[in-house]
Amino acid sequence: MSAARLLLAVTAAFGLGASAVAADKPNPAADAKAFQDYFVKKFPKVAYDDFVNGPYSMNADMRRQWEEKEQFPPYEFALEAGKEMFAKPFKNGKTYADCFPNGGVGIRQNYPYFDDKEGKVITLELALNRCREANGEPPYSYVKDEMASLTAYMAFTSRGKRFDIKIPDDPRALDAYEKGKEYFYTRRGQLNFSCASCHVQSPGERIRAEILAPALGILNAMPIYRSEWSGMGTISRRIVTCNSQTRAVPLEPQSDEYRNLEYYLSYVSNGLPVSGPGARP
Amino acid sequence: MRNVARHIATTNVMKKIVFAMMVSAVCAGSARAASEADYITAFAAAESANKEAGRLRNQWTVTQAALNAAKKAAESGNFDQALKSAQEAEALAKASIVQATSEKQRWKDMEIR
Repeated sequence: MSAARLLLAVTAAFGLGASAVAADKPNPAADAKAFQDYFVKKFPKVAYDDFVNGPYSMNADMRRQWEEKEQFPPYEFALEAGKEMFAKPFKNGKTYADCFPNGGVGIRQNYPYFDDKEGKVITLELALNRCREANGEPPYSYVKDEMASLTAYMAFTSRGKRFDIKIPDDPRALDAYEKGKEYFYTRRGQLNFSCASCHVQSPGERIRAEILAPALGILNAMPIYRSEWSGMGTISRRIVTCNSQTRAVPLEPQSDEYRNLEYYLSYVSNGLPVSGPGARP
Repeated sequence: MRNVARHIATTNVMKKIVFAMMVSAVCAGSARAASEADYITAFAAAESANKEAGRLRNQWTVTQAALNAAKKAAESGNFDQALKSAQEAEALAKASIVQATSEKQRWKDMEIR
């Protein structure tokens, strides 16, 4: 009898242990579903693909202004410049097209990806600078100007293609994803805000004169022309600015934390179309 | 009996003297102008706390601003202000450390599940 009880106890303990391990194991697919469901439930009147239009999907007045602005979009100059830069050969005769699959055209939806050789997340901005350095050219600033122009062009050639971020069954990739998620929800800065404080808890609400964008699809419109910046900005610029606004000292652009954050945020927006380059107030 | 009463009275007087000395010491301390040494000690403590916040990847912009203000005040010889700003910087840096430490677990409360 006691042997049977012991056997039962051991079996139960193993069972509980196994379920605890299963509960702790990252499940990106379940996360993405919960994330997407949250926004759909919160904004039942917003068409799903419209989440990529950020504040314009939340406010009719802003949307009208934006639609008029799109007739002569403020990112057009950057787009033209990016197209020229993309085609212009480096000093060694090669071009950006030599560094990317499909000649760099229509591939934005696959970035960032996890590089199993390096064991880290590779963003489009990082891949562009690595391409430059591999061809003997100096890297560009990650936050604006040339980098914004190049990514604007690459996003434009991918418009309408749906985000398709892959997380391989590799503990390092899952770890990067989990770290990105942790960064997204962690409060920082003197104002004690996380990314989620604004973009999960308060999208559609005003913060001073701005209407906060939902986190779902927030990277699909990047890079963006922001009236507040009077110019273009990359994903790096957007994250750095968010940090500063909470009175946190920003990390260096393309730090591991920012790359992981981009990985997480892009993955949970899988299935939404690329809409970049975008324009925001 | 009388000795006991005298003892109690003496003790009370002594207590009053000690209390008065403590009050005067505190008043003298707070009224005393801060020295360069006070500032240097406070600034080092603030820098050390901010360095720890940096190790946790969670520095605040306002901490650096207070450190800069402390340095600027010290350079102009205003050690009262320099000490005050350095102490403010230390308090901010320590708050950022508390935030980083507590958020290691608390972030999960915000997660969409």
